[in-house]
Amino acid sequence: MEATRSKAASPHPPGLAARRKRAGSQAGRKIRKHWQFYLLVFLPLLYIVIFKYVPMFGVIIAFKEYNVVQGILGSPWAGLKYFKQLFDTPFFWQYFKNTLEISLYGMAIGFPAPIILALALNEIRNGLFKKSVQMITYAPYFISTVVIVSILIVNLSPNVGLLSNIFRSLGMEPIDFMGKAGYFKTIYVLSDVWQFTGYGAIIYIAALSGVNPDLYEAAKVDGASRFQKIVHIDLPSLVPVIVIMLILNLGQIMGLGFEKIYLMQNPLNLNTSEVISTYVYKIGLLGANFSFSAAIGLFNSVINFVLLILVNFIAKKISSNSLW
Amino acid sequence: MVGGAKTVQSTKIREAVADRLFLGIVYLFLSLVLIVILFPLLHVLSASFSSPAAVTSGKVWLWPVNFSLVGYKAVFQNSDILIGFGNSLFYSVVGTLINVSFTVMLAYPLARKTFYGRGLIMVLIVFTMFFDGGLIPNYLLVKSLGMVNTRWAMIIPGALAVFQVIIARTFFQSLPDELAEAAEMDGCSDMRFFLQVVLPLSKPILAVLFLMYAIGHWNAYFNALIYLKDNSMFPLQIFLRNILILNSENSDMMTNVNSLLVQQGLKDLLKYSLIVVSSAPVLIIYPFVQKHFVKGVMIGSLKG
Repeated sequence: MEATRSKAASPHPPGLAARRKRAGSQAGRKIRKHWQFYLLVFLPLLYIVIFKYVPMFGVIIAFKEYNVVQGILGSPWAGLKYFKQLFDTPFFWQYFKNTLEISLYGMAIGFPAPIILALALNEIRNGLFKKSVQMITYAPYFISTVVIVSILIVNLSPNVGLLSNIFRSLGMEPIDFMGKAGYFKTIYVLSDVWQFTGYGAIIYIAALSGVNPDLYEAAKVDGASRFQKIVHIDLPSLVPVIVIMLILNLGQIMGLGFEKIYLMQNPLNLNTSEVISTYVYKIGLLGANFSFSAAIGLFNSVINFVLLILVNFIAKKISSNSLW
Repeated sequence: MVGGAKTVQSTKIREAVADRLFLGIVYLFLSLVLIVILFPLLHVLSASFSSPAAVTSGKVWLWPVNFSLVGYKAVFQNSDILIGFGNSLFYSVVGTLINVSFTVMLAYPLARKTFYGRGLIMVLIVFTMFFDGGLIPNYLLVKSLGMVNTRWAMIIPGALAVFQVIIARTFFQSLPDELAEAAEMDGCSDMRFFLQVVLPLSKPILAVLFLMYAIGHWNAYFNALIYLKDNSMFPLQIFLRNILILNSENSDMMTNVNSLLVQQGLKDLLKYSLIVVSSAPVLIIYPFVQKHFVKGVMIGSLKG
């Protein structure tokens, strides 16, 4: 304390080097004083470096002729060979298209659904009904992917399924939904909506509960109807959350999850159900073609990353909301 | 003047009618949502308690037909399922303990202004949310660490979820700074303050972290699919996949069943019972922790 005061009072203002030195020693003092923080973060940070950053550098095998004997660093360079191979594979563009279509289809229905549910729940007063709807709509989120797909398969099967029961009781021929490639995307998207709408609504419900009650009071005085209140008060107050969620969703377009699609695949629907992530798994781990598979993965990650930055940039330009 | 008042009143009534109609539609919509969510679940539940013949002939709707526990008997006689249950329990308990410890160890210092370098570490962490090496480099890493086909592969590669770190950090930031300053004045070390003051104050966020990580472990199958080869180490979800989706149950489930028709019926029934048994642990604890879980999502959303 004394030292800094005398320095500030000295006739010669401290030079840049001195200032930097002082900042450095301040940092040093801070580090020495709070060394236990570094002890705490050591193991988790080690984990982040090994399991998140090492694989990022591991992507160089996409540019190499990887073989197990020589390892990642020792294998000879292959240049862009695998990327050329990738763009020359006609199937690849089919899988690319499938990925994009399932994502966009999913967003078109899955993105507005939680918003609508939250708005509807916000209209009714707190009570048993509201609580039950919330609790029951969140529940499917906790069911495992394997079980969700199993429920789909048993309920959609042409023999014992719920849907074929309904069809039969209406006097119609049951349909083998899982066996027809044309139904795949719809089944995937609608079951996602079934599972995640309740969970997705929580964040919007939280945002709606934070709306200033004075606004509703004022709207009431002006004679606004319930619907008008939704359009002029609720929706505008949700815009910041909606923009953030939209950015996150669009940044994930090519990152379509592996787990559910892989489980839903069967030889009859591969035409529409093979996506980039499942292709990477099959080529890489089942086919042991590591370099080619890593090239596909890298291509995908880069598209995702660029998309995220692009969408965030656009959101920043046209609205004041963005991730950073 | 009088006429004006009259029209005001009549529009008010008309609006009230429109509002009530709108509210009715909202209730109708929410009831419909409820039915759509519950119907498949109740169907599975009631089918699991029905007789094989009733399931095969499609008589079951929303109530068990010819109540029987044959499906459940078959489930609990299956050695694979018991092995899977045990393994999943082990991975969930050990994995969650490591997850929660790592998460708070990283999140707490990041929430403290006196932690020099926290900005840099934060950038380092958040970046991993948006870019990753992909499946193959990850697999090769785990392989080079000698973890393939060991139980470690189920615990160590997913020791931390960056998203949960950010949620926990947001929570720790909400604790008053004065508390830490006062403790520092009294000569309490950072570590002691963390263990004896912060953690006891953090029960809500700890509950959320435990819940989210534990459910994640219980439901996961991907890591087991790529890293494990031995049956004895498989978690429940892998056995579920084999039986429910790939249709390859082992034969000891079907002993002393001779007629093909009965066998087919039992096969269908078994699926329903298995779905119920495997989801039961999660769905039973769910109502008790639901409040915490909603709180957790909201803590996370404060940041956005």
